[in-house]
Amino acid sequence: MGKIKPDFAFFYNNKIRAILFQTFALAAIAYIFYSGYSNFSTNVEIRGIQTGFDFLSAESGFDIAEFLIDYSSNSSNLRVFYVGLINTVVVSIIGIIFASIIGLIIGVARLSNNWLIAKLAGGYVELFRNIPILLQILFWYNLILAVLPNPKNSFEFFGAIFINLRGIYLPKPIFADGFIWVILALIIGIVLRAAIKRHFANKKALTGLGTNTLAYSLLMIIGLPVLVYFSFGMPIDFDYPALKGFNFKGGSSLSPEFFALAFALSVYTATYIAEAIRTGIESVPVGQKEAALALGLTPRQSLKLIILPQALKVAIPPIINQYLNLTKNSSLATAIGYPEIMSVFAGTVLNQAGQAVEIILMTMAVYLLISLVIATILNIVNRRMNIKGTSDAGI
Amino acid sequence: MPAFKLQPNRQVPQSKAGILQWLHKNLFTNFTNSAFTLIALYGLYLIVPPLANWMFFDATFAPVSNAECGRNGACWSYIIEKLDLFIYGFYPPEQIWRPQLLVALSLGLVLLAKLLKNNKVKIIAWMIAIYPIIAFLLLHGGLGLSIVATYKWGGLMLTVVIATVGIVVSFPIGILLALGRQSKMRIIRLLSVIYIEFIRGVPLITILFMASVVLPLFFADGFNVDKLLRALIGITMFQAAYIAEVVRGGLQAIPRGQYEAADAMGLSFAKKIGLVILPQALKISIPNIVGSFIALFKDTTLVLIIGLADILSMVNLTSNDELWLGRSTEGYVFVMMVLWIILYSMSRYAKKIELKYNTQQKN
Repeated sequence: MGKIKPDFAFFYNNKIRAILFQTFALAAIAYIFYSGYSNFSTNVEIRGIQTGFDFLSAESGFDIAEFLIDYSSNSSNLRVFYVGLINTVVVSIIGIIFASIIGLIIGVARLSNNWLIAKLAGGYVELFRNIPILLQILFWYNLILAVLPNPKNSFEFFGAIFINLRGIYLPKPIFADGFIWVILALIIGIVLRAAIKRHFANKKALTGLGTNTLAYSLLMIIGLPVLVYFSFGMPIDFDYPALKGFNFKGGSSLSPEFFALAFALSVYTATYIAEAIRTGIESVPVGQKEAALALGLTPRQSLKLIILPQALKVAIPPIINQYLNLTKNSSLATAIGYPEIMSVFAGTVLNQAGQAVEIILMTMAVYLLISLVIATILNIVNRRMNIKGTSDAGI
Repeated sequence: MPAFKLQPNRQVPQSKAGILQWLHKNLFTNFTNSAFTLIALYGLYLIVPPLANWMFFDATFAPVSNAECGRNGACWSYIIEKLDLFIYGFYPPEQIWRPQLLVALSLGLVLLAKLLKNNKVKIIAWMIAIYPIIAFLLLHGGLGLSIVATYKWGGLMLTVVIATVGIVVSFPIGILLALGRQSKMRIIRLLSVIYIEFIRGVPLITILFMASVVLPLFFADGFNVDKLLRALIGITMFQAAYIAEVVRGGLQAIPRGQYEAADAMGLSFAKKIGLVILPQALKISIPNIVGSFIALFKDTTLVLIIGLADILSMVNLTSNDELWLGRSTEGYVFVMMVLWIILYSMSRYAKKIELKYNTQQKN
């Protein structure tokens, strides 16, 4: 081993190396972007593709089956973007709600003392977790279309709900003027309930006497709005679906696409949520429960005050991650044609306008934004869930 | 003095042994438990017999035509008829020996690697270096073998090809990204973070769209990249970001002292990372790496949306055959079973590894 020649010592300096290396990396990336951009501009010219965001104000010219904001084929492409975005959010929220419910049930069932229940829950997780979500979406969609009858032979429930292969038709509520008071009553009821809860919690802290607040809660949250509802003369009406020609008119409907997508997303994501809940509960040492019982807490109190806060701290971050995954997976709707942003904006509009770069970037931006929002929520939750006095709560 | 006489063991009381006791303890402890058991049994009764009838008892397994199959049970004749399509796609039938040979070769190499005693690392490294060339030659052709264009690849074969290439290529890129994210060089760190977080924030399908629709616009005119290759680029870019996060987890678990010790020994950066840090970091992250490969295998089905003929898209393609109309359910169930077996075995394997490494860490 000889000494490094002084001429080269310059290159053996770590700082200088770092600068050189980073300059090189930046230059390489700049070159990739530059050559990509110049290729892009020549390609665009050769193929006569337009650039820029003018296409957003152009007329879309196609119909969308499901929309929550005003939409017609005369609406602009930007409107299509909003319709798709709202549909993405709707199917994600529905999926998240049902995935949480199923996941909670399955996760708790896996830990059941009942051998059969525990095994069935385990089987559910292993079955649905190991089938790709896209396959599940296609399967349920295919099954729905294969099993359900045509509109003339719909399954009928109480003359108000109809199920056929065009979807599920439900009565649509029409709210009259007075209905705002019912909603107001509900809000007031919730506020009052919170106040009552707090009052009795304070009383318990002072005197040690607990009070069952269930009756008050029911009275405030259900009783008050119902009272107002009747006193304003039942300000709600229903528009019933009815068979007209080959299809149902009126009412509100859920398409089979929506149903298949929401169902598959819930069933699939529920397996992960169930696992997160199981891991969370199992992460609490048995000694905690024993200690709680030894201190004289009732099983219910020990669950509520000792077990759950610790279990949730472990379970909630992965569950929120699964919510994000569910939202991203909702983009697979493009395979069955539920009009969310991926299928209707990055699909139909892209095919018509041909401006792939702008459209794909806008779609990606939407998902990035959703990811960012969920990541922020996760951070806030993480900070709140930190139990004071544990090692990772910070000093 | 009477000698001590060993008494025979007493019988376990009837109420504490046997199947009845097991039933009582596990299924009928109390009223609620019994109710749950009965509800579950009723649920099973509703689901299992019709399903079993459809799949086995009313099903047709003989290679007959669609009309002879009947509509009560599954028509597995359809799967038998289309089996080659499900496995090889539109690969020319007279060339199917090539993927078959490749599978045999791969299995042989795995066996060889298990049997090796000395020079293990060296020989495996050689195999890893040469294998892709052989695989490419066999599947694609060249050197005297007739060329089979990639648009003819399909079925399970394509699924496995995409998953394997995605796994192998994304792995080193992911490690580099993870190192970049941990680097002291700010620009490198920033670039890695942007890349990883961007990719992880968007669904795979948008990246596949990007690769299939947008990417061609960024290549020089006339420079045509194969559709399969574009999909592979997309999947690799996507997977690399996830591998990077998994490896970063491993890197963060390495105590600082290891870095300092390597520096104190005078190891160069490459040696420090390659000989001290990475072997430990990768070992910790192996379970998560396998987990992320399982996720990748599931994600390969998405290529059907950009028009590649993987095993899932074969259901649609074959059930559009007018001789076999109305058999897509059988197709989906068959693909489900195939993919489920593969994915379930992978997840069992992952669990096994996890247990193995967990015990080692506890020492």
